[in-house]
Amino acid sequence: MADSRDAPLVLGIETSCDETGVGIVRGTTLLADAVASSVDEHARFGGVVPEVASRAHLEAMVPTIERALKEAGVAATDLDGIAVTAGPGLAGALLVGVSAAKAYAYALGKPLYGVNHLASHICVDQLEHGALPEPTMALLVSGGHSSLLLSTDITSDVRPMGATIDDAAGEAFDKIARVLNLGFPGGPVIDRYAKEGDPEAIAFPRGLTGPRDPAYDFSFSGLKTAVARWIEAKRAAGEEVPVRDVAASFQEAVVDVLTRKAVRACRDQGVDHLMIGGGVAANSRLRALAQERCEAAGIRLRVPRPKLCTDNGAMVAALGAEMVARGRAASDWDLSADSSLPVTDPHVPGVSHGHDHDHVHEVAKDNLYS
Amino acid sequence: MLLLALDTATPAVTVALHDGESVVASSSQVDARRHGELLLPAVDRVLAEAGRKLDAVTGIVVGVGPGPYTGLRVGLMTADTFGLVLGVPVYGLCTLDALAYASCIEGPFVAATDARRKEVYWARYADRRTRVTESAVDRPADIADQVAGLPAVGAGARLYPDTFPNAHEPEHVSAAALASLAVEKLEAGEEPAAPRPLYLRRPDAQVPKNYKVVTPK
Ligand SMILES: [Zn+2]
Repeated sequence: MADSRDAPLVLGIETSCDETGVGIVRGTTLLADAVASSVDEHARFGGVVPEVASRAHLEAMVPTIERALKEAGVAATDLDGIAVTAGPGLAGALLVGVSAAKAYAYALGKPLYGVNHLASHICVDQLEHGALPEPTMALLVSGGHSSLLLSTDITSDVRPMGATIDDAAGEAFDKIARVLNLGFPGGPVIDRYAKEGDPEAIAFPRGLTGPRDPAYDFSFSGLKTAVARWIEAKRAAGEEVPVRDVAASFQEAVVDVLTRKAVRACRDQGVDHLMIGGGVAANSRLRALAQERCEAAGIRLRVPRPKLCTDNGAMVAALGAEMVARGRAASDWDLSADSSLPVTDPHVPGVSHGHDHDHVHEVAKDNLYS
Repeated sequence: MLLLALDTATPAVTVALHDGESVVASSSQVDARRHGELLLPAVDRVLAEAGRKLDAVTGIVVGVGPGPYTGLRVGLMTADTFGLVLGVPVYGLCTLDALAYASCIEGPFVAATDARRKEVYWARYADRRTRVTESAVDRPADIADQVAGLPAVGAGARLYPDTFPNAHEPEHVSAAALASLAVEKLEAGEEPAAPRPLYLRRPDAQVPKNYKVVTPK
């Protein structure tokens, strides 16, 4: 399934949160995935501090680009394009990546593609399982987002089916980990404790699952409060908190709702593929329950390996390569970082480049060979 | 020599090209919120005006602040990345020094820029080439004694006339001045500084004391 040599060679830059990611792909083949994380610097704050993240991106960018090129064994001059996360994400953090990508593309004389972070999370699966079937239903869950998206064309048509109305799923993991004094980030540690606990020990609420609730939206705020209240009651009574059972029961409540709604969306829309991405996709119970329910419903499940699920540059490169392959318009040099870029914009085409594919091709050629 | 100069540490997004003899092209736009959008097109325009391509550049000088961080990083990240691709040295110069260098004041004076939050970034100069204090960030009222009687340049001075009653040109830093100062320093054999940002403040970050209790008391 290796891509031929003429598949687009693209470098992608990702700085929407606390990971400085630079990835290189050729078509759907992963060549490099270099990530520098500032997560340790945020740990004592119990959450990502935007200014700390932005400062770290500036420091890490050039070494991470160099590392990715070395890992891929390609020359920068051979690249067919530079992709960058234009949004959504932390404004100041995004701006560091956008500034680097622009300067990099300009200095190399290559086209620049500002792309959507969420669409990138979907597209990354191509690096693991080959070309994505279209349409694909995508469940994206992380500390920053929890969405159900229907992708009919990953470069031009991604439709929001549902999203969290309050906290992101990953945020709930972080908050419960904090209540249990387990540190930050909460996802991996809750997953670990939950493995030794009973998921049915405590009946925590499943948000927005009533008959009149929106079918595809999520809510984790009520669950978070219920878990915290339960723990506080135990402590107030002087009883020991059964950390493993709390972790398992809380986690079960989250992944039950996520998988139930994702499978329902697939059925309702007649889509037989579900991909799960974002940092929370690394959760072992989410993977297991999704597999079980998808099998029962006759849906093919695609979940990339954990390193590709968390924020990285390869996912941005994967979507950039798709933009090049499908002749999408490059971005202009005045591309903005847009902290609230809507998911319905998989990329940010430049005005001066227009939407005409032939014309775009001309621009790309001129950039490549001039 | 062809030196590309950039500064985005203040509301001025400013770019200049210096050939070792003189500034051959420059651009300055004042817009505190659009550094990211304005900088690359400005570089492109300045190069086009000079009839040069980026790969002819032999060195880059960038203003390292002090300045509001989000904008400041645009110039630094751009300079670093150009340096990486072109394989040319990237020098850092204090933005206040470039502001001071463009003044025509005889004798000691102060350069001050807007640090937001009712503060200024500032430094004292013996003359336009000689800074005599480290650059700092302070409330104007708190430094009134240290700047009393001195003329001042920069937008920070204009914002606080009580502290800086004697405000002079220039109001904004220009990359043309930054480039000229850099060329002067290079020719004098001065060791150029690395392009490290002068933030002067720690990041704002609240350490959560403990989790917030949700059970009503
Ligand atoms: Zn993400």
